Parts: sequence; C-alpha cells; structure tokens
Amino acid sequence: MVGRHSLQPMYKYIIKRVLLTIPTLFGAAVLVFLLLRAIPGDVCEIRLAGTGLYADPAEVELCRENLGLNKPKIAQFWDFISGYFTWDLGDSMWTGRPITYEIALRFKLSLQIAIMATLVAIAIAIPLGIISAVKQDTWIDYAVRTFSIAGIAIPSFWLGIMIILGLLIITQAWFGAPWMPPIDYVSPFEDPLRNMSQLIWPAVATGYRYSAVATRMTRSALLEVLREDYVRTARSKGLMERVIINRHALKNALLPVVTIIAIEFAFLIGGLVVTEQVFNLNGLGKLFVESVGAQDFNLTQQLVMLVVLIFVITNLVVDILYAWLDPRIRYS
Amino acid sequence: MSTPQATIEFEDIELPKPPLLARIWDLCRRQPLGAFGAVVVIVMILMAIFANVVSPYHPEHADFTNMLTAPNVDYWLGTDAFGRDILTRIVYGARTALFVGFACAVIGATGGLVLGVASAYFGGIFDLIVQRIVDVVMAFPLIILALAVVATLGTGTENVIIAITIPFIPQCARVVRSNALAIREIPYVDAARALGFSDARIILRHMVPNVMAPYLIMLTAFVGQAILLEASLSYLGMGVQEPTPAWGLMLQGGAEEFAESAPWVPIFPGLAITLAVFGFNLFGDAVRDLLDPKLRTR
Repeated sequence: MVGRHSLQPMYKYIIKRVLLTIPTLFGAAVLVFLLLRAIPGDVCEIRLAGTGLYADPAEVELCRENLGLNKPKIAQFWDFISGYFTWDLGDSMWTGRPITYEIALRFKLSLQIAIMATLVAIAIAIPLGIISAVKQDTWIDYAVRTFSIAGIAIPSFWLGIMIILGLLIITQAWFGAPWMPPIDYVSPFEDPLRNMSQLIWPAVATGYRYSAVATRMTRSALLEVLREDYVRTARSKGLMERVIINRHALKNALLPVVTIIAIEFAFLIGGLVVTEQVFNLNGLGKLFVESVGAQDFNLTQQLVMLVVLIFVITNLVVDILYAWLDPRIRYS
Repeated sequence: MSTPQATIEFEDIELPKPPLLARIWDLCRRQPLGAFGAVVVIVMILMAIFANVVSPYHPEHADFTNMLTAPNVDYWLGTDAFGRDILTRIVYGARTALFVGFACAVIGATGGLVLGVASAYFGGIFDLIVQRIVDVVMAFPLIILALAVVATLGTGTENVIIAITIPFIPQCARVVRSNALAIREIPYVDAARALGFSDARIILRHMVPNVMAPYLIMLTAFVGQAILLEASLSYLGMGVQEPTPAWGLMLQGGAEEFAESAPWVPIFPGLAITLAVFGFNLFGDAVRDLLDPKLRTR
C-alpha cells in the first residue's frame, strides 16, 4: 500500500512535516515572549510591593538586575531561545528554583489525570457513540446526543464542585461522616488506593467533557461507514448485525475517533487549569495560574512552550500516521 | 428538471404562503432539539434586556441580616455570603454572559471571515504568512492563551472580550479559508476580475456572501464557547470583576467553602451556565444542519 501509490516517499513527507513545526514553535515563543513583556509591572514589583507596602526603588532595581530584567528585550529573548540548545530552561523568578525542578514536581500528577481522563473519555465515548449510531433517530440516539452536548455545556469546574458536594452529602448520609478526597498527592505505585481516591474525581470531571466531542465523532464516523457498499454486502450475506458493527464497520470508523482523542489529549494539560483549581491539586495547570499571577515570566513562558510542544508533537504524530495509512495525503 | 411552464403555473395558482406560525411549527418538528435551544436563547435574551423589571432586588443590594439564607419565599434561590439575592444576580449575570458571548462571537467570526477570505483570495506569500500565524495561535489551548492575554491587558469585561476573541479569529479564518478556496476557483470570480473590479469589491460582494454558511455556523458555535470561557476566567479570578454580576464569579469565592452548608450558592449559577451554553449549542447545531445539510450526520 505504501510504496506503489506514493509520489513522495514516506521519509520525505516526515522531514517536510517536522520542518514545518519549527516556524510554529518559534512563532509561539515570540508570541508568548511579547505578550508577557507587554504586562505592566514585573515579578520584582509584585514580590517587594505586592502586599501594598512601600518598596525601596533601589531594592526593586537590584532585584531586576539579578533576574536579568534590565537587559535589552532582544537579549532576554536570546536567553530564552538559547536555553533550548543548552538544555537550560532557567530558574523560576519567584522561587529561584530551576524550572525543570518545578515542572518535574507537578508533571506526574497532571500526566496521570490526563491519562485517566482520556480513559474515562474513551470508556464513555465509544460505547455511547456506537449505540447512538446503530439506533439512529430513536429516543436512545436523542438521549445520547443530549448527554454529549451537555458534556460540552457543563463547565468542568462546576462539575467538579458538584462532585465534591455529592461526595460530602452521600458519605454523610451513608457513613455518618463527610469524606473529602485527600489533598496531598501520593504516587500510584506507593498507595494505589489513596492515589485513585484523590484523582478519579478530577479525571471524571474532565473526562466527561472530553468524551462529548469523541462521542459525536464516533457516531458520525460509524454512520458514514454503515452506508458503505461493503456493509450492505455483509448484511446481504446474512451476517449478524453485531459482527457487522464490530468486525467490519468499527475498524474503519475508529481512525477519526482516535485522531480526535489524540488531539484532545494534547489539550488536556491546558484544560486542567480550572479543574486543578477546584480540586486544589498541585499540578501544571495550577502552577500556570500561579506563575501568571506572580508575573514569573520565565516559568510562564516555559509552561506555555511545554503545552504548545505537546500539541505540536501530537499533531505531528497524527499527521504522519494518517499519511502512512492513506497515501493520498502525501500527494498534496 | 422544472420547465419554465411549471414556474408559470406555480405563479398562476398563487399558492398561499403558509402562515409564519405554521412555518415555525414545522421547523420545530424537524429540529426539536434546536427549537428547545432557540427557546432557551430567547428567554435568556429577554431576561437580560428586562433584568431590572424581572428581578426582585438590586444585584448589588446586600442584606447583611440574611446572609446565606436557604431558598425561601423572599429569596427564591437563596442568598450568597453578602446576603445578595442569587436569583437577581443570575438574571443580571445573563447580561454579562450575553454581552461577552455575542461580542466575542461577532468580532471573532467577522475577523476570521475577513482574514480567511483575503487569505484565500490573495494566495501566495500573504496566504502562507497568515496560515503560519494561524498555526501558531491555534497551537495554544484556548484557556492558556486567554489567561496570557488577560495577564497582559488586565482583568475586566472589555479585556476578557479581547482575550476570548483573539483565539477565535484564526479558528474561523481556517474554516472560512478552506471554503473560500473552493469558491475562488469558480469562474465568476475570474469574470469579476476581468471586469476590472477592485480586490475589495470582489472579496466583499462576490466571495463573502458565498461563505456565509460556515461563517454563521462558526458564529453560533462561538457564543456558547465564549460564555463558557468567560465563566472559567471569572472563576479563576482573571475575568469579570466584582461587583459586576457574572455567573463564573458567583462560583468563585466561597462556592466550595459553603458547598456543604449552603449548596444553593454553587448549584444555581452553574445550572445557569450549563443551560445557557446547552441552549446555544443546540441552537447552533440546528443552524448548522439547516445551512449545511452535508454535515447533518456530524
């Protein structure tokens, strides 16, 4: 399938596609750098005068000098970009600790929620999407579609608040004492039960939201495939409907679904910003809000670049997989 | 294929146009979910316009003798930590939500329309540059970019609108461009160029009307997204500021603390957000189905 049809060999397509990510990443770096520098004030003012106290101008000046905020903008930009080639992402302007340390501290938690939320989304989306397509235009279809549109409409932070409220009320009623998910993170390898009891709730709150788009995609992709001739052939051979759906239709319908799930996974890290706030989780989203609030330029721009990088890489992988599966894409 | 005679016959008989109500009823039967959405949207708009007539109190009126009262005859949905009536603040909050929602959707979609059509029409290096910028902006999750913009400009309603609009423009531009590319290949655009029309005239008079369907689809989809995003930003304390009544803001301070003792504080504003976004999404889906039957299954 790959060799014969393609005008362009696979490796050339991959190289072209990888090179195309460079302007995107560079553009993102320029955009975030300029945005942050346009902010009135800086971390030194917030740190020394943030509580409304009088700040000694000399002290503020010294702080800026130490953090390199007095350097020309272009030099600051150079420090930011050259860091990627020397594997030095710099230090947080607020805590003074290396940014790699600050991120590593919270990455596990955010990654775990992202993975769990994706699993929740898949577990909801694929069965519901299939049922909805098979029972098209029945009340089941309408119920599923309403459920998935509601998933996009419900703010995930409010769903989070409602989950906490529900837990409090139910545990109070059943066990006589209110129970809240633990606040401090433990590794799943250390204490899987405690870990789960903390993270399953935010995973459900975000996963439900992310399932909505995937449910609709599963439904529409399956509906399209079910109209194909080969499905009619399978039906006329007298195959069971279950076999037709599982063996023939689903395999072809899942590609766009996998794509949408992959792309949403990339956005999950960003989507956690509000959920982590509700559940008071010390993850990347919360770190981002804090770093924006403290005007910690270094940390903010590195976090943004991390999110953008995850997104760009996910897209790259999806595009390459597509080109590999469907040679027509490489013609353009 | 219909012949000219068929048309004449049609005109001769002069079929009475079905009355407006019957046509609306027909539309409701074909799009029950969309009709529900439309009702929600209309109720919300009326609520926002007549907020001062409908609501029993002033949104900033704080009754310190009735703080965190449970829903009762005087306060249908209870009061918040400052003794303010929650129902009143939800009604007034509809103003903020609709204002932000429509402003972002109209500016974002229109900006995307102009950029997308121009990008498709001029092509070449202009198109390349615009598309690379679109790539860059679209690589940011909505909330991250919006937060960064709010951090730059500061909080407040106008800045929230700008922060939400910026990520909308490239989204719409991308969709409009792909539609406009197909239209550019249709001979009438060449004909217009041969007649010596200006670029602006060709774009505005000949291409824009033909991408109205994707434009309106994006616009209706944006309203719900903008309302949700505004609520998220306000919840994080980076959006609309007190004392402006805003749904996201009502969920902020205290909503979690009082969750157990005063569950009405977080429940009702969240329901308002959900219902509003739900309504706009259903309405938007119906608009899309009507304008673009090819997408109906999606």
